[in-house]
Amino acid sequence: MAAPETTFTGNRGLQLEEPLIFDQGRPGRSGVDLPAAAAAAGDRLGGLERQGAIGLPGLSEPQTVRHYLRLGQKNYGIDSGFFPLGSCTMKHNPRQGEKLARLSGLASLHPLQPQSTVQGALELIDSCAHWLKVLTGMPAIVMSPAAGAQGELVGLMAIRSALEARGDARRRVLVPESAHGTNPASARACGYAVESVAANGRGRIDMDVLKEKLGSDVAAIMLTNPNTCGLFETDIIDIAQAVHDAGAFFYCDGANFNAIVGRVRPGDLGIDCMHLNLHKTFSTPHGGGGPGSGPVALAESLAPFAPLPYVAHGADGFLLVEHEGQGGGKPLGRVKGFHGQFGMFARALAYMMSMGSDGLRQVAEDAVLNANYLLAGLKDSLSPPFEGPCMHEVLFDDRFLAGTGVTTLDFAKAMIDEGFHPMTIYFPLVVHGAMLMEPTETESKETLDQFIDALKGLAERARKGDVAYFQGAPRLTPRRRLDETLAARQPVLRWRPAGDKTVE
Amino acid sequence: MPKVKYSQKHEWISVEDGVGTIGITDYAQGQLGDVVFVELPEVGQRLDKGAEAAVIESVKAASEVYAPASGQVTEVNESLADDPAQVNADALGEGWFFKIALADPADLDDLMDAHAYAEYVKGL
Repeated sequence: MAAPETTFTGNRGLQLEEPLIFDQGRPGRSGVDLPAAAAAAGDRLGGLERQGAIGLPGLSEPQTVRHYLRLGQKNYGIDSGFFPLGSCTMKHNPRQGEKLARLSGLASLHPLQPQSTVQGALELIDSCAHWLKVLTGMPAIVMSPAAGAQGELVGLMAIRSALEARGDARRRVLVPESAHGTNPASARACGYAVESVAANGRGRIDMDVLKEKLGSDVAAIMLTNPNTCGLFETDIIDIAQAVHDAGAFFYCDGANFNAIVGRVRPGDLGIDCMHLNLHKTFSTPHGGGGPGSGPVALAESLAPFAPLPYVAHGADGFLLVEHEGQGGGKPLGRVKGFHGQFGMFARALAYMMSMGSDGLRQVAEDAVLNANYLLAGLKDSLSPPFEGPCMHEVLFDDRFLAGTGVTTLDFAKAMIDEGFHPMTIYFPLVVHGAMLMEPTETESKETLDQFIDALKGLAERARKGDVAYFQGAPRLTPRRRLDETLAARQPVLRWRPAGDKTVE
Repeated sequence: MPKVKYSQKHEWISVEDGVGTIGITDYAQGQLGDVVFVELPEVGQRLDKGAEAAVIESVKAASEVYAPASGQVTEVNESLADDPAQVNADALGEGWFFKIALADPADLDDLMDAHAYAEYVKGL
């Protein structure tokens, strides 16, 4: 007998339907039995006592436990399966880092504790900064930015300060088409006009176009290398030269550092400024498990403008430079509460020290090898837009779907039924119907083989014209295809009780 | 019949009495997918040919709409704020973006006519 399409409960086997917590239980039910509040308590609130029910859900402890466990089971993360989201470096987060960051000597510190009582923590920040400087080959690093995009903004603010300090305020920032999407936004947020630089037929910056656009009002170029086509910008030395000849600064988006860590030092390429995503290359948790962390490495010319605070070596140990004038330079001020994402520094340092220089070098090699393994396995079924090997991520376009009626989006939805988180789709914009896959070095050959087989099967099914299958996907998920348009046009951002008409 | 011309960036401009109505082509709306937000220029704003004039956001991507000719904005299609779906439903009609008083009719000379645009799209 075939499995039933629907069940009486709405559950699908052990995959349970779970309503919102507000739609469960009944008012007054509680997991704890507290004594009634003393009548006198109300008198002390100066007339500000609560006037009515605040609508907290009423659930017992086992109901509450099940609610959150069931929600957690609906989550799909790097610990559940393959997550080849391009340009996101969804690699395994080693448990050792989690354990070390939870040591009470690190996790229980208060950020305002006297510096003499947190020398170990300051040393940890300083050591993490040291190794990041070694890996980038750059003399200074700002540890505090909360994530990559804030790192970009801090880097650009340092560039703007350096230009203004030499009386040479400039107006434009050049951003190649193959750069990360946050780059133009950061430049704009920093007050610059953004100008795009076209890619050539090899998916890399067109040097002629770049040279034409460089001029005395260009403050910086923001390059991502390897770029979002998964390709190394082979002209990077010439790009650096041309940018410096024009008196501009060279910002490199380090989000794809995983492809080159331990093998290439960005400072040697002539880069003046580069952020690192600790939550990508340095394996600290990503997405909902974050927070992110985006230290920015700076060249000598930008170092005086580094924001506060930072750790310095004093006569009696480590000290925090927290005020202008305390450590020289012309610091930008603070960009983040306290010292940045300290817990991530602990994890990233544990990662670097456990990997060692040989291990980090192998990270880059294996990340590139895995991406090329996907390319080799899929190039005859899918359509790679550019010639040659890729770096740590592999890009396909939708030419292999031409004439089938299946779109990149449909294809991605069908991958969910196969048990994979889809790759990045429709980005980068330089190719049509983009599919950008980044396997990272932490995936096994078995996982990659299963993925390749599934995608080859899907591509074959698309070619055979089974459009309805793709348009109906996903079928095996808790919810089918969601109405993204309605969600974007009329987002429902909070729950309201039935009949509640209040508008915020 | 007003004269309609098309740009390589997939805008159309329909000119009548020196005023050009501008929108995006049916091909462009099809490529973008469902439009969820449109940001229009200010009335009175001066636009140079090729300058960024409006922003369009779909479920797939955010893109710019460029002025296919220079001129001053005389009117914008405010109904797109509440109902951006008009761009998908009727890109060449109700889904228009803004109107400009043309600064120089010669700006239209290098734009394509309907036939040339159809050929151009075929080559993409």
